[in-house]
Amino acid sequence: MSFDIAVTLRRARRTIAARITSEAPVVALFGPSGAGKTTVLDMVAGLVRPDAGRIAVGGEVLFDSAGSVNLAPERRACGYVFQDLRLFPHRSVGQNLRYGEALAPVERRFMGLDEAAGFLGIGHLLDRRPRSLSGGEAQRVAIGRALLAGPRFLLLDEPVSSLDRARREEILGVIARIRDELGLPILYVTHDERELARLGAEVVQIGD
Amino acid sequence: MLAADEWQIVALSLKVSAVAVGLTLPLAFALAWVLARSRMPGKVLLDALVHLPLVVPPVVTGWLLLLAFGANGPIGGWLERALGVTVMFRWTGAALAAAVMALPLMVRAIRLSLEAVDPRLEAAARTLGAGPWRAFATITLPLALPGVLAGAVLGFARSLGEFGATITFVSNIPGETQTLPLAIYAALQVPGGESVVTRLAAISVLLSLVALVASEVLARRAGRGAHVL
Repeated sequence: MSFDIAVTLRRARRTIAARITSEAPVVALFGPSGAGKTTVLDMVAGLVRPDAGRIAVGGEVLFDSAGSVNLAPERRACGYVFQDLRLFPHRSVGQNLRYGEALAPVERRFMGLDEAAGFLGIGHLLDRRPRSLSGGEAQRVAIGRALLAGPRFLLLDEPVSSLDRARREEILGVIARIRDELGLPILYVTHDERELARLGAEVVQIGD
Repeated sequence: MLAADEWQIVALSLKVSAVAVGLTLPLAFALAWVLARSRMPGKVLLDALVHLPLVVPPVVTGWLLLLAFGANGPIGGWLERALGVTVMFRWTGAALAAAVMALPLMVRAIRLSLEAVDPRLEAAARTLGAGPWRAFATITLPLALPGVLAGAVLGFARSLGEFGATITFVSNIPGETQTLPLAIYAALQVPGGESVVTRLAAISVLLSLVALVASEVLARRAGRGAHVL
């Protein structure tokens, strides 16, 4: 089972609930904005604690309110590509890419910097500052930073919604290659049905 | 330009201010962190307490220091017995007075720089495998550093100008507690002291100007991911 998730979280004016049980390589959380899709990713990453439930990815339990399991974010080995990217502004692109790589145990690393840079076409950007990157470049760097940290699965939060059509195709191509060549389970947030079709994702509805 | 005893006054002022800032910086950082990030109850009260020296008459601050750190005071007596340290009528007391007066300014500057650091960047570092301390040391601290340094420089400038609390707490003793403002005050009491006043005042203005410009330059870099060094 790649994703086995059942969580609830009460917020001031609403309750966010998600139930995801899937073997599919790409699972897409689909729903209107404000439904809590990003919050579900944050719960899987360990950044937000659910009120109750259980989160298991690839057979490993990351959170279980019944069994008092709650791994810290740094122990979950998730490659989280945030919607707002969150590249570190005081570090060069190369230093951003190496941040998680340097912290990952050797046995979890599956690609090196050169390989990732080639895979994503960002080798010429390594000395640049994040703020000088275009949207598509920054998106690829964020994906590269997540991959180099040796994740066991990926959380992608609307990775192409801010891009123009040409860039969107390019990044979707990269994600399809990650799915096919690296075999990492991917939890994907979007509100665009074309992306779902393009990635052959299994769809989980969040919200009404 | 300056006579030997005037250089000695400048040197004492710089020493007092440097020690004041060096002692206060860790405390100011801790207070700024709590005020910027924690959600503890009573934060408003802590904030008010930290800012108190900014608005209370300095002579009152000096008097309170006198009560607390005098030979019979609760802290002064303990310092004397446990560590053999006396602050009364010593330059260390002048540094203590300057530290108390500089604290609010330093906390303010550091707090602003910490609030400018996006906690979402720390969250990103956590997902990349960094524990809370590593995330702090590699993300939060470097991004806040210009503001922290700006706060230190501002505190240093404030310490150089400290007068009321110092003269109340440790008096005006040449060679021991007589910093620049106290020396200027003493020279003003002496007939024909104007030339000394002019030289010392010029030095004061110059030092303050340099510190303020440095502080402003650093503060502008805070939170923008700029490199300090």
